[in-house]
Amino acid sequence: MRYVDEFRDPELITKTVEEIRRLADAARHYRIMEVCGGHTHAIYRFGLKDILPENIELIHGPGCPVCVLPMGRIDDGLTIAHEPNRIFAAFGDMMRVPGAKGSPLEHKARGSDVRIVYSPADALEIAKKNPNKEVIFFAIGFETTAPSTALTLMSAKKQGIQNFTVFCNHVTIVPAIRAILDSPDMRLDGFIGPGHVSTVIGCRPYEWIAKKEGKPVVTSGFEPLDLLQSIVMLLRQLRASEAKVENQYKRVVPWEGNRAALRVMAEAFELRPYFEWRGLGFISQSALRIRDTYAVWDAERRYSVPETRVADPKSAQCGEVLKGVLKPAQCKLFGKECTPEHPVGALMVSSEGSCAAYYNYEHRKSLVTTISAVA
Amino acid sequence: MCLAIPGKIVEIIEGQNDVGIVEVTGVRRKVQLGLLSEDMPVRGDWVLIHVGFAMSKISEFDAAEQMRLLSMLGEIDQAIEEVRGYGGDDNISEISVDHQVRSRPN
Repeated sequence: MRYVDEFRDPELITKTVEEIRRLADAARHYRIMEVCGGHTHAIYRFGLKDILPENIELIHGPGCPVCVLPMGRIDDGLTIAHEPNRIFAAFGDMMRVPGAKGSPLEHKARGSDVRIVYSPADALEIAKKNPNKEVIFFAIGFETTAPSTALTLMSAKKQGIQNFTVFCNHVTIVPAIRAILDSPDMRLDGFIGPGHVSTVIGCRPYEWIAKKEGKPVVTSGFEPLDLLQSIVMLLRQLRASEAKVENQYKRVVPWEGNRAALRVMAEAFELRPYFEWRGLGFISQSALRIRDTYAVWDAERRYSVPETRVADPKSAQCGEVLKGVLKPAQCKLFGKECTPEHPVGALMVSSEGSCAAYYNYEHRKSLVTTISAVA
Repeated sequence: MCLAIPGKIVEIIEGQNDVGIVEVTGVRRKVQLGLLSEDMPVRGDWVLIHVGFAMSKISEFDAAEQMRLLSMLGEIDQAIEEVRGYGGDDNISEISVDHQVRSRPN
């Protein structure tokens, strides 16, 4: 419990943990999935696992956009951008993610024009400043970032900027949750719903999970107390044999979401019939593509895409970890061939990937303990 | 990328659609406000920013709490690096202000 003294209100934390112990049936083992990678990061960082009763198991979900992207998409994007006079622009999170032929940074070292941008709007600015070059923005993210890409596409169209395209890898969270629930080796009791995705989509899209699957969902904030309160809310429902969607993160998440953001997404994007997810395979209607009305700005239509399919390294078990079937440390490569310094799989790259989070907080902590025990 | 960064709107840029200047721990950068078109922020409002776009309005108190959370998650430097990066090399001049992260009044 090394971080407890940093908590805003340690007394309230203690009370909430006591409430969790009171509500949890000692004879039962609870499996609760936190869908969002930001939550996974916070759970490890704050050592929440150490303060929860042992029969409450947190399963890490697929909500890390960098992690769920199949390797072939990275190779495809980089192949398109490799031609002279083309610029590959992507968020910093992508730069070290390995493709079969290297990461964006490695491509940069080999001479491709690869640029880090912090906003899709800045990728468009690069295009405006470099009229003789073609800028390809490698878009990733769930509904948290998709509206920003959509608005940037609308802006490109409005300004008539022709040397800008988007290589769209935006995915949607709800079909991934459905795929996990359909997975035969997965038993879950409830969900800690995503925080910032829900800012955009609201809480309604989760209602089927409660109504049809009978599993409670609580959208949660990211503070330790938020996460613990969400677990209390889930346990209360489970104890009363209820299943509904509740919103713990009301200070940021409106029940109906952000209508302006949903509108711009609907203007620029439509659902793909199917899309491949790392670890989860092909999921129907789980990703966004650019609408015909924006075809000019769609990199997949302007350029020829090799459609690379790359199997994950056989020894790595990213898929099982992504589905929550294996814990990060149960993968054969974890902490050996695969570390944050030399990642084999994407889950070790992003701070929201469960492997990196586990490595940075749990694994390093256990190493320190081992070293001090030896010394 | 999924970090939500709290910032204060210090200026709405005239003549440019839905663009404002936010201040995050003393760093001022352009952000897009178009995703808040249903409830446009005004000067002095606090917003949560994702990838250079303001996504929701929040209270000043929650903004301070969000900053504290980023600091607890060890992501404050990354957040400030992100904000500094908004606008690429076309950044407007920075100003430096005292940016003590406020803690909750007990």
